[in-house]
Order: sequence, then structure tokens, then C-alpha cells
Amino acid sequence: MTTGVLEYLTVFALAIFVGIEVVSKVPSILHTPLMSGSNAIHGVILVGSMLVLGAAHTGTEEVLGFAAVVLATLNVVGGFTVTDRMLEMFRPRQQGGAPGERGPARPADGPPAGSGQ
Amino acid sequence: MSRGTAIELCYLVAAIAFILALKGLSSPRRARAGNLVGAAGMLLAIGATFAQPGLAHLALIIVAMVIGAAIAVPSARMVKMTAMPQMVAAFNGVGGGAAALVSITELMRTDAQLTATYKLLEVLFGVVVGSMSFSGSALAFAKLQELMPGRPITYKRQQQINAVVAAGAAVLAIRILITPSTALVWVLLVVSLVLGVILVLPIGGADVPVLISLLNSFTGLAVAASGFVLENNLLIVAGTLVGASGIFLTRMMSRAMGRSLPNILFSAFGSVVTATGEGGSADRVVRTATAKDIGILMAYSRRVVIIPGYGLAVAQAQHVVHELADLLAARGVEVFYAIHPVAGRMPGHMNVLLAEAHVPYGELRDMDEANAKMGTADVALVVGANDTVNPAAHSSPGSPIYGMPIINADEAAHVVFLKRSMRPGFAGIDNELLYDEKTVLLFGDAKDTLLELVGAVSES
Repeated sequence: MTTGVLEYLTVFALAIFVGIEVVSKVPSILHTPLMSGSNAIHGVILVGSMLVLGAAHTGTEEVLGFAAVVLATLNVVGGFTVTDRMLEMFRPRQQGGAPGERGPARPADGPPAGSGQ
Repeated sequence: MSRGTAIELCYLVAAIAFILALKGLSSPRRARAGNLVGAAGMLLAIGATFAQPGLAHLALIIVAMVIGAAIAVPSARMVKMTAMPQMVAAFNGVGGGAAALVSITELMRTDAQLTATYKLLEVLFGVVVGSMSFSGSALAFAKLQELMPGRPITYKRQQQINAVVAAGAAVLAIRILITPSTALVWVLLVVSLVLGVILVLPIGGADVPVLISLLNSFTGLAVAASGFVLENNLLIVAGTLVGASGIFLTRMMSRAMGRSLPNILFSAFGSVVTATGEGGSADRVVRTATAKDIGILMAYSRRVVIIPGYGLAVAQAQHVVHELADLLAARGVEVFYAIHPVAGRMPGHMNVLLAEAHVPYGELRDMDEANAKMGTADVALVVGANDTVNPAAHSSPGSPIYGMPIINADEAAHVVFLKRSMRPGFAGIDNELLYDEKTVLLFGDAKDTLLELVGAVSES
């Protein structure tokens, strides 16, 4: 084993702890956006797929690389879009806040949302 | 700075952006901004990859990306919030599939015979875990989308057969490590696809949230493995972040169900129930009440706790329940929602559904918080939930759900169940609380009965 692999293993080990540390602070009301957000992040396999397709030199490799890029793009684009849609809906309590700040926003966006369901 | 260094630097910035995206999720206020930071990091990483020296087939790459985006955007935009779990499963599965393809294609390019053993090991891990995630997610999607029965599917000698397939995959992997062969890696890929299917078949119903979280973590690990294969730090960091956080979330979910992860994965929980079906409690008496009575009861309460379950989501009743809560709040009743960690079809799903109906997140209480206040509540309104309020989890050691943390609806002064029928919940266990003398039931579709309650409260 070369020292190169050891460097990657170091990064891997540290990332495990960062992952657990960051996620343990996520409140349970955001667990679905967390899953969907982390889902979008592993879409970074798109970078790997691009590299593999970009280096392909047989027909088979091209087909496989092409399929990988399509799948990975689905993952990235779908993941971030869905997460954004979800997070857009989480809003703080509006009645209780300072009347000047959030109060007027409520009637403005309340009715269309209510009638839209 | 050379071009290579600049690209690496971009990858580093992207990795930091991903960590910030996850960190942003620690508060609902910063979460959306965090997600945008993550998306920006992803764009940067993709842009930097286009600048890689010697990247061929640029046109092919762009065409593939356009196809992917053209499918992803409309489906992600149009999916209903109730269907979110299967959407996440689908996007997760394709990620796993891509990771498996990346690993195997890289192996073909470099020639298996000349590949070092440790590298081969990385490839095999990526192929096995990525393929399992792909086929497992596809099956989970089919279950959630109701393309097939959502209950656990069992067959004779299931565990033994599954063990044989798993052992076969292990033997095959060892064989490949000893005498490398790309053809055998393809065989292993197919076996792994089968493994993913037989892993998911016996898991159903209320265990699906745990499963989705586990599959998410699988894809993360497969991506990390591809990162090792391609010697790319960004893939390693991002994949590992997701893999580790997914396993953490999975453990948290199984703890919320009072069961171990192996028990959830291998016990085909709930499958016996479908055999015995309904009934069994036909001779016992429950008290029903009219919407008017319940409306008055709630209108003159001081504190009402709403406990939503998946039945609420199925009936698309989250908007009506919010209307009812607002109406009560306007009368001076204190209303909050008690959310069980596994309510819904994926971790935290119920919170998203209520957020969709514009329920402010300040009114959502997690289980511990809700239980602390339950003793002072006048009414616990249980909408489309059952197992998550079943006191058998505390009181009967023989019960399959014994030990599962529940929302203690039984501590409220009155309990109101809005139920479709007397059918037991997913776990198939009778709920003693239904027969308690402080409990009343109102039968019907959650949306209809809630609308009746809205009418009753506004009249009283």
C-alpha cells in the first residue's frame, strides 16, 4: 500500500467524525430535509461519472459512463430541487413575532396558499 | 498555480460547502440558505471537472446531463409532499447505480489484471454497495408508490436463502481478489442487485423510514468507495459525510422504534398480522361521539395536543388540521402538535407535511417535549395514528411493540381518536387506549371528520 492510499484513508476517517458531529445537531423536525439534502450531496458522484466518461476509450466504457452521468445528474438536480422545495415551507411562527417585521407578510401569502390546496 | 491545483482547490471549497449545507440544517432558519450553499458547491465542483485536462467526450457529457436534468426537474417540482419518501428513494437509487457504474468502468479502463489488490477491494465495495442501493431503492420506491404490496414479503426459509446469496457474493468477491477478472465483477454486480432486492423484500410498513435512511447511507458509502477508486478527495469526503450521517440517522430511527437495526432488517415485522387480518376485538366496546360533542369539548379546553399519524397524510388532511388548530387558538386554546419520530413514511416526514400546510414549526413538538406537557393537556386528538400512542409499549411485556417509545396520549384528560375503522395499526396490535373510558372515537376519513370538527368548533 502506498502513502497515497493512507492520505485518502485519513480524509475518510476524519469525514466520518465530521458527518456524525454535524448531523447530531439536526433537530428531528428537519430529518426529512436532512435525508433529502444528504441525498443531493452524494450526487457528487456526478464528478466521478464525468471523469469516467471523459476518459472512456471503448464503446462499452462510453455507454457505461454515459449512463452514470445521466443517473448522477438525476440524483444531483432532483436532490437539490426537492430539498429546496421542502425547506421553503418551514416558516417561523408569524403571529407572535414583532408586528412590523413579519406580521404584514402573513395576509399577503396566506390566502393564495390556502386556496391553492 | 497550476490548473490541477486550482481544480483541487475548487474541490476543497465544494467539500466545505457540503459540510456547511448539512450544518445549516441544525436550524430551520438557516436550512434553506445552507442548501443553496451546497448547490453552489456542487456547481463549482462540476465546473472544475469540466476544466480537467484531457477530459474527452465533452458533448456526450453535456447531452447526458441535459437528459438527466430534463427528467429530474419536472419530477422534483411536481411530486406531492406525501410522495416525498419514494422520490428520495428514487434519487438515492440512481446515485447508487451511478457509483457502481463508475467503479466498474474505471476497472475496465485500467485492466483488472494490473490492478493492485487494495484498489480491487475498493472497486468491489463500490460495486456491491452501489448496486444493492440501486435495486433496494427501486424496490422501496415500488412499495411506497404502491406498485406492489407495501407489507413485508416473506417466503419459506427466507433467512437461509438470503444468507446463501450473501455468502455466494462474499465467495465471488474473494475469488476476484485472488484472480482478477472483469467478467466476474459483472457477475458480482448482478448478485448484488439480487441482494438489494432480498434485503428489502421482508421490510415493510412502519419500518420503511429506517430502510430509506439506511439505503441513503449505502449510496454515500458507495460514492466514497468510488472516490478511493478515482483517487478523488471530494468524492471521499462527500460520500463519507452522507454515509456516516445516514448510519447515525438510521440508529436514531431504530431507537425511536425501540428495536435494534438487525431486528428491523431481518425479522419481517408485521408480516404475521396480514395473515390473521382484522377482527379479534369485535366483541369489545368502544365509545363513539358526535363531531359536535368533540367540538365543544375542544373549544372549552385550555390545552389541546394534536397527534398526527400517517392516516392524516393519506387523507391529505394536513390543511384542515391546521384550520382546526387556528380556530382553537383564536378561542384562546393552547394547541400544539406532538410528532413521533417515525410518524410518516420517512424520518421527520410528518413535520414536512405539516410545514406544507403552513403550520409554524414553533408549534411542532418532538416526542419528549410533548410527553412532558401531556399530563396537563385536556384533550389529546389522535388523527390517523395508532401504534405510536399504544400504551402496550409501556405496559405489556409480551407485546411486539413493548419498549417502543410512544407519545403518552393516555396521560391527557380526554383522548379523541379520529379513525377510519377499528383496524389495528401497522404492528397489528390491539390498542388498549381505544377502550379506555376517557377515550371517544369518531369514525371516518380524517379529512371529513376534521372538517366536521371545524364546523362544530366554530359553532360552539
